Amino acid sequence: MSIRRVVAGLPLIMAGLLALPLSTHAGDAPQVAKGKGDACVEPTDVIRKNHMDLLKHQRDDTLRRGIRTKKHSLNECLECHVQPDESGKVARIDSPKHFCSTCHTYAAVKLDCFECHSDLPKSMNKSAYKHKLTPDNKHHASMQSAPVSRQMLDAIANGEAK
Amino acid sequence: MSINNQADQSRRKFLGNSAAVVAGVTIAPGILLHTPAQARSLDQAASSKQRWGILIDTNQCDSGCDKCVTACQTENGWGKNETKSNSEQQAQWIRKVELKDPNTGHQQSLPVMCQHCENPPCVDVCPTGASMKRDDGIVLVDKHICIGCRYCMMACPYKARSFIHEELKGQATVAPRGKGTVESCTMCVQRVDAGGSPACVEACPGKNGKAMVFGDLNDANSEIAKRLKQYGGKQIRADLGLNPSVRYQGI
Amino acid sequence: MKKPILREVNESMGFYALLGVFGALILVALGAVYFMEHNGHHVTGMNNQIVWGMPHVFALFLIVAASGALNVASIASVFGRYQYKPLAPLSTVLAAALLLGGLMVLVLDLGRPDRLIVAMTYYNFKSIFAWNIILYNGFLAILVVYLWTQLDPTMVKYGKIAGFAAFIWRLVLTTGTGSIFGFLVARQGYDAAIMAPMFIIMSFAFGLAVFMLVMFAAYKWTNRPLGDGIVRRLKNLLGVFVGAVLYFSLVFHLTNLYATEHHGVEAFILRDGGIFTNLYWWGHFVIGGLLPLFLLYCRKTRDSRTLIGLASLLIILGGIAQLYVIIVGGQAYPLDMFPGMEVSSSFADGVVNNYSPSLAETLLGLGGFAVAMLLVTVVARALRMLPESLADDVVDPHHSKADA
Ligand code: HEC
Ligand code: HEC
Ligand code: HEC
Repeated sequence: MSIRRVVAGLPLIMAGLLALPLSTHAGDAPQVAKGKGDACVEPTDVIRKNHMDLLKHQRDDTLRRGIRTKKHSLNECLECHVQPDESGKVARIDSPKHFCSTCHTYAAVKLDCFECHSDLPKSMNKSAYKHKLTPDNKHHASMQSAPVSRQMLDAIANGEAK
Repeated sequence: MSINNQADQSRRKFLGNSAAVVAGVTIAPGILLHTPAQARSLDQAASSKQRWGILIDTNQCDSGCDKCVTACQTENGWGKNETKSNSEQQAQWIRKVELKDPNTGHQQSLPVMCQHCENPPCVDVCPTGASMKRDDGIVLVDKHICIGCRYCMMACPYKARSFIHEELKGQATVAPRGKGTVESCTMCVQRVDAGGSPACVEACPGKNGKAMVFGDLNDANSEIAKRLKQYGGKQIRADLGLNPSVRYQGI
Repeated sequence: MKKPILREVNESMGFYALLGVFGALILVALGAVYFMEHNGHHVTGMNNQIVWGMPHVFALFLIVAASGALNVASIASVFGRYQYKPLAPLSTVLAAALLLGGLMVLVLDLGRPDRLIVAMTYYNFKSIFAWNIILYNGFLAILVVYLWTQLDPTMVKYGKIAGFAAFIWRLVLTTGTGSIFGFLVARQGYDAAIMAPMFIIMSFAFGLAVFMLVMFAAYKWTNRPLGDGIVRRLKNLLGVFVGAVLYFSLVFHLTNLYATEHHGVEAFILRDGGIFTNLYWWGHFVIGGLLPLFLLYCRKTRDSRTLIGLASLLIILGGIAQLYVIIVGGQAYPLDMFPGMEVSSSFADGVVNNYSPSLAETLLGLGGFAVAMLLVTVVARALRMLPESLADDVVDPHHSKADA
């Protein structure tokens, strides 16, 4: 083979590699359980199409800038969308019944979010509360009363956001 | 910006302030003393007006006490879900270090965690920018773009960082953690952002009074700034010029 | 002067045997990677104190050697020594192959190799590591162009420029690689400006050693003539480089001994460090330094191809030992946070840190070598890049005159 042919072929190979991720496209969404409440934080077609961008934006805002609005918070998605079924069981992320797995299993989109993030909303995540409350651990007393102010702040923030 | 909007802003500021007062009332009085933090409203970014710091008085720190460590574990959910890693592989966000002066036999005990440097070497070396410093001085790992190269761990003079060596289950909601990324003390950002103080500081009983004080180093009226002004506070490895936000008295 | 004819190697049994061996090694390495990534790094020897282990030793060796492997080409086009010109393509291809092998190891040892795309799209320009990523990619691009100028007659006129660019670039690249350690002010074992030039000279020695072995193998297995003249020149060069590495290594430690704050780490590496001390003196100094020097220069051994090959192999082994001492030894020595104090904690404060490399990590490292060699083999088959003959009269027309 001559070197010229190799050099000419390189751009083709690069283009092929670049095109690879584009070729795996998601199909139509399957039937998904409705969330708590009347409506999602965005119109359904918007959230369906753009939730990844919203989450990504929120993630950077929260982590890098300390902005903690609730509207696009991952934990808040779970609060509405992860609920016990009729038998009282909650689907975990490895089951296709978990809200975030429904479409993704179907569309073969692999999420790594829940390698780190709890797949349960905070109100159901007991893992952080394994210990007994003792007078020494009074920081919990404070954290439990904190939501009074948190809720107020949330209300303000959400009022602002809308 | 319209006038309307400005009015809005000031209204929110006002409400924000009163909300912080309400928070102060609901929190136990002892804690209010040590939480000079004023809650930002949720949509406000952390700002360089503040610089959060912790002052540790080693004279008050009991060598048998590790309440700061356990409080951090409960808050951030580390210390029990790494079952396959050996003890040298398990993460430690905060640890108690025992010092002994070989000349005098004098012994001291102190907690060491991320020192939240003003000039953090971990941030300088990180290839992707995952290691970063928030405007209010808190040094964090953005685990979303951490590739697990561990260069930050090589660069940190305080051994403050840990790598996750296995898949984890049962993480705390407030502190997502996962395999293959690096992590360290976050100064409990989730609590600081809500106007609280870090779990370790809150849990510290001290000998005759708290060994740890949290607050805004930029606020001359904060307890931490006053104490630092009056008694001074040492940096670990001051020679490196990193200007950490965690200061020690008595070392 | 006869123009050397470049020709691809044949698809002999040997060619397929090489493909098979290297391919198998690569498969084993990939298996090791799957094992490590699937389980997490708890199955490796690394921990929170020794965060860079065997894979980094191999990866850095390969990356450093990559830069040095280009020596032969550089000498030809930058320093105008036409005798080396026929070997420039092999030198160039070997440089690229070693670099790719090293990068593969580096990437596959990441905590999240699946996020490679992140490493390519998020840059922190303050990080020497990020700069290295750019330097490595740029080097590969330059090498491709450089090779093109060597093999395509219509491109020859750009050869000098490409060669010069590659030469400068690789010096910067090795400086960058050395600086990865030089910038770690917190660690007593690394904090030295001499680290960068030392890496450059190490790259010369390691790269040429690998080149010699590859050249010997290629000529022997394809039954092509290889003259004594070129071998003698290259082995003399190799000897000089090895001597320089020893010199730098000594200067590095001697200057450290001037500074009291470094006495502890020096005593550790040079005297009390157990495995590290042994690797330093026996591995790096004797096996990777004195012994090869002896083999390359002693009147009884210096003309034997086998022994020159053996010397090259020893230089490679010694280089790996040296990098192990630098990388792992530098982390094993405890960080000094409270000078003058006895320190203890649950997080290995004040104690020498443990590391025992796991099999998987070592296999991954060897996989890097295999990738490099497989690439060279394949390219030598695909491209007309290896001179048909390197007999003395082909390489150097003055040779016969001088002998007469
Ligand atoms: C390697 C661990 C890790 C992975 C994987 C990860 N995150 Fe995070 N995430 C974090 C950490 C740590 C925080 C900071 C939490 C805090 O400060 O409250 C965070 C915060 C967030 C936040 C802001 C907090 C909130 O609840 O709104 C969002 C949004 C978020 N992540 C989205 C994602 C999404 C979407 C994914 C998957 C594509 C993901 N994360 C994957 C570790 C991770
Ligand atoms: C207040 C509760 C609530 C919150 C918070 C919430 N959702 Fe929803 N979400 C809903 C409801 C209710 C629906 C169904 C709307 C409908 O069918 O019109 C829905 C629908 C959706 C759908 C479309 C499902 C389908 O049928 O195709 C997606 C996707 C979705 N939500 C994602 C999210 C994400 C991501 C977040 C967090 C950023 C989030 N939601 C936060 C209540 C919520
Ligand atoms: C209505 C179906 C549906 C639901 C429900 C849904 N997703 Fe998605 N999501 C998708 C589709 C389809 C894609 C792929 C889009 C593409 O490839 O362009 C996607 C992509 C993503 C991505 C980007 C993945 C990547 O690799 O770039 C993230 C992050 C994500 N979803 C998070 C979530 C989270 C978190 C939830 C649960 C709160 C959720 N999604 C629920 C349909 C859904």
